[in-house]
Amino acid sequence: MYDFNYRKASSVGDAVSAVTGAEDGRFLAGGMTIIPTIKQRLAKPSDLVDLAGIDGLAGISVSGGVVEIGGMARHAEVNASAAVADAIPALAQLAGGIGDPQVRNRGTIGGSIANNDPAADYPAAVVGLGATVHTNRREIAGDAFFTGMFETALEDGELVTKVSFPVPSKAAYMKFPNPASRYAIVGVFVAATAGGPRVAVTGAGPCVFRVAEMEQALGGSFAPEAVADIKIGDGDLNSDIHASAEYRAHLVTVMAKRAVARANG
Amino acid sequence: MTSTVSMTVNGKQVSAECEGRTLLVQYLREKLALTGTHVGCDTSQCGACVVHVDGISVKSCTLLAHQAEGADVVTIEGLADGDTLHPMQEAFRENHALQCGFCTPGMVMSAIDMVNRHDTLDEKTVRHQLEGNLCRCTGYHNIVKAILAAHPVMKGAA
Repeated sequence: MYDFNYRKASSVGDAVSAVTGAEDGRFLAGGMTIIPTIKQRLAKPSDLVDLAGIDGLAGISVSGGVVEIGGMARHAEVNASAAVADAIPALAQLAGGIGDPQVRNRGTIGGSIANNDPAADYPAAVVGLGATVHTNRREIAGDAFFTGMFETALEDGELVTKVSFPVPSKAAYMKFPNPASRYAIVGVFVAATAGGPRVAVTGAGPCVFRVAEMEQALGGSFAPEAVADIKIGDGDLNSDIHASAEYRAHLVTVMAKRAVARANG
Repeated sequence: MTSTVSMTVNGKQVSAECEGRTLLVQYLREKLALTGTHVGCDTSQCGACVVHVDGISVKSCTLLAHQAEGADVVTIEGLADGDTLHPMQEAFRENHALQCGFCTPGMVMSAIDMVNRHDTLDEKTVRHQLEGNLCRCTGYHNIVKAILAAHPVMKGAA
């Protein structure tokens, strides 16, 4: 691992000026992705600016039909939150299936979505629930946040302060995990929201995406049978040693079906 | 660029000069000579490097020493009370929960955190909660048995 300057920020403003003032500065949230990435020499930042000392970035609150999760909230905290489990059990369950206990003890929602790994779990919840991403500069709709593989709408010096999830009438997340890494080979988040049914798929393609045909079918009948025969094309899907594009396409239908069944309890 | 990183390790106040990139596991092993914490994969998968930072289990190969500035760190060396093993270590011994022993320090640290966070434990939960620790010898059966045996002892029920 190449060396870098470590800086601990005391406020959001301090963090932003440290990152933008550095030659190649990066924010450090939980570090569960960026530290391995630097070790592999896939990234070589000049400065890492730690957000862990900033007050007010880590809370979880539920009120008025909205679950708000601070950007620095750890996966283990979301998983263990009784308020989250009560409001959106699928979200607590999703957080409890990320990586392993030690990764969940450090990894954060802000870090996860800012990184936008194609196989990460949280993007499916952000898009599947129609969440809003709050940054130090603006609010970004979940649908507009994830723009491509490891790409987001975040600009230089912009960091995720919190994510607000509207509470759906029902929701569930089902993933087919890679047995070694627990990353999603395919994960499908389904929700019955005020704006209609939503189906968000992670792991299958370069970036989380919605399946309009399934959402339409669930609008008619929110039942597993409604999506059972809807196949998605494998042309744009990921193919690697773990699963072919064709297999991932097949899994999207299977996971969607199971997620709907689970949402219906 | 180096700077001083201070923390409490196994109850003792310690300080050492570190680069930005110095990992917590390097700090423990190379600066403090606490070599009980192992480096297995160095890719945050195997869990041989698990220690407790402020009471929470973490993979010390994926945490910078700087991130633990001011923290209360406990390693495998900090568990036993003189010649008396910690109940989890004793349960590992009793249940033959190790063979080569390389993964054991991390297993024990993860297992203690697991017990601390669960009022009750069953086999399925133990196996799920052990996902961050790999063992290439035992097949896990005796590790699971040891954790289930240590749970009531640590909770003061036995």
